[in-house]
Amino acid sequence: MENDMKKSNLFYYRKKITSFIMMSLTFIAALAAIIPLVLIFYYTISKGITYLNIDFFVAMPKPVGESGGGMANAIVGTLILIGIGGAIGIPVGIMTGTYLSEFGNNKFGYIVRFLTDVLSGIPSIVVGVVAYTMVVVPMKHFSALAGGIALGILMIPTITRTTEEMIKLVPHSLREAGLALGIPKWKTTLSIVLKTAWKGIATGVLLGLSRAAGETAPLLFTALGNRFWSTSIGQPIASLTVYIYDYAKSPFEDWNQQAWTAALVLILLISLLSLLFRIITRSKYKTN
Amino acid sequence: MEIKISVKNLEAFYGKNKVLHNISIDIPKNKVLAIIGPSGCGKSTFIRCLNRMHEVVGGSIKGEILLDGEDLTKTDPVLLRKRVGMVFQKPNPFPSMSIFDNVAAGLKLNGVRNKKLITPIVEKCLKQSALWDEVKDQLDKSGANISGGQQQRLCIARTLAVDPEVILMDEPASALDPISTTKIEDLIFQLKKDYTIVIVTHNMQQAARVSDYTAFFYMGEIIEFDETNKIFISPSNKQTEDYVRGRFG
Ligand SMILES: Nc1ncnc2c1ncn2[C@@H]1O[C@H](COP(=O)(O)OP(=O)(O)OP(=O)(O)O)[C@@H](O)[C@H]1O
Ligand SMILES: [Mg+2]
Repeated sequence: MENDMKKSNLFYYRKKITSFIMMSLTFIAALAAIIPLVLIFYYTISKGITYLNIDFFVAMPKPVGESGGGMANAIVGTLILIGIGGAIGIPVGIMTGTYLSEFGNNKFGYIVRFLTDVLSGIPSIVVGVVAYTMVVVPMKHFSALAGGIALGILMIPTITRTTEEMIKLVPHSLREAGLALGIPKWKTTLSIVLKTAWKGIATGVLLGLSRAAGETAPLLFTALGNRFWSTSIGQPIASLTVYIYDYAKSPFEDWNQQAWTAALVLILLISLLSLLFRIITRSKYKTN
Repeated sequence: MEIKISVKNLEAFYGKNKVLHNISIDIPKNKVLAIIGPSGCGKSTFIRCLNRMHEVVGGSIKGEILLDGEDLTKTDPVLLRKRVGMVFQKPNPFPSMSIFDNVAAGLKLNGVRNKKLITPIVEKCLKQSALWDEVKDQLDKSGANISGGQQQRLCIARTLAVDPEVILMDEPASALDPISTTKIEDLIFQLKKDYTIVIVTHNMQQAARVSDYTAFFYMGEIIEFDETNKIFISPSNKQTEDYVRGRFG
C-alpha cells in the first residue's frame, strides 16, 4: 500500500519535472526569438535618437559637407511609394485571394496559387529589374510610378495568400445562410464572407505594406532617389530606405548618424501604420 | 386541403450516388409537415431540394417539384429562396453584423435601402420569433454574442424578414436546451398560421407536438406519409411503427 503510494508519487513528480523542463525550453526559445528584436530596437533608438528632431521631419537634406538638415522628402516619398504600391497590390491581392478561395477549386486556381507562391519567393531585386524594363525603359526615366509598381507587385503574394486563408476560415454555414436568404452568390461573398474575414485580411494588407515600406533593392533602379522635394509620380522620388542605403555607406560621420535616424523613423512609421490598422479593425462589438 | 408544394418522382444525387428514390409527396399549405427517419436516410437532402440548396453542394436532381403549380426546378434559385426560406441545424447568425442587421440582411443585401421600411419589419420579425423583449435594448450588439437559443430565434427572424411562403427547418432545436426548444416549438405553432412549414426532427415527441402531418423516410424513400396522429397512433406500415416506437434508428 505504502509502496504503491510512493510509486504514484514518483510518477507524479516525474510528470511535474518533465512539464517544467518543457515549459522552460519553450520559454527560452521565446526569449531567443525576441533578442534580435530587442537588439534592433536598442541600436536604432540609441544611435538614431541624436538627429530625431523636428528638423528631420520638415527640413530637406543639406548639400554634401554641410551638417544638419532632414529627410522630409524621403518620408513623403516613402508614403507615396507605398501608396502607389497599395493602390495596385491591395485590390489585386484581395480579389485574387477571394477568387482562389471561393472559385479557385480548379486547374486555373491551382496555377494561380502556384504562381503566387513562386512570386513570393522571387528576390525583390528581380521584381525591380522587371519594373525597370517595363516602366523605366519606355518612360525613359526613373519615376515614383515605377517604384510603386515594383512595390505593388511585391505585396500581391502576401495579400493574396492571407486573404485566401482568412476567407477559408469563414464557416461554410454563413455562405449557406446568405444564399438561403435569396442573396446572390457574389453579394454573399462580398457582404457576408469578406465582411466576416476582413480583420484577417487587413492584417495581410498591413504585412504587405510594411514589407514594401522596408524594401530598398527594387527602388534603386525604379524610383531611384531624389535629393529634392518631389511629389510627382512621373519623377524620381526619395525614400527612407534608399537614404539609409546611401547614407550608411557614405564616409561622412554625420550621414551615418542620419541613416540611423532614418531607420528609426521607418520603424516608427511602420508602427504607426500597425496602430492605425489596430484602431480601424477594433471590434465594433463588446464581447461578453 | 390546399397543396403548397407538390413533389413528383423526385430523385436526388451526389455525383453518381443516388440518395433519394422516387419521392412523391404533396405538402399541405399553412400546415406543419414533420420529416422523420434514421440518420442518413435523406431528410436534409430532401428539404434542401425544396429551396435548391442541394445544388450548392454540387448535387443534382431529377423529377418535378411544383410550388403553387410552378416547377421550381426550372426557376431562378435566387428568387425561389426568397419564397422558400431555411433555418439550419446549427444557429448561424452573421457575426460581423449587429442583431438588427442580421434580421435586415435579406432585405438590405437585396437592395432595400429605405430605413423607414426596414425598421418596422425588423421589429415585427423579432416579435414574431419571440426574441424582441430579450434584445430590444441591444439591437446594435453582434448577432453572435447572444445565447444559442437566442441565436436560433434570430435566424428564424432573419428568415421571416424576407417574407417567405414556406419555411424549411433542419433540426432547428437539436443544438438547444429544453427551454429554448420549447420556445422554438411554440414559435412553430404560431408561424403555421401564415407559413407552410417543413421541419426535420429526430425527436419523436417534437414531431408529435408540432406537426400536422408526418412523413417517415427510410433509405431515401418515403415509407409512410399521413396525418401525424395516424403515424404515431396507428401507423399502417410495420417499419414506421418500429421507428416511432423507438425500436430502431
Ligand atoms: N455533401 C454530400 N456529399 C455526398 N454525399 C452526401 C452529402 N451529404 C449527404 N450525403 C449522403 O446522402 C445521404 C443522405 O444524407 P442526408 O444528410 O440527407 O441524411 P439525413 O437524413 O439528413 O441524416 P441526419 O439525420 O444524420 O442529418 C447519406 O447517405 C449521406 O452520406
Ligand atoms: Mg440531416
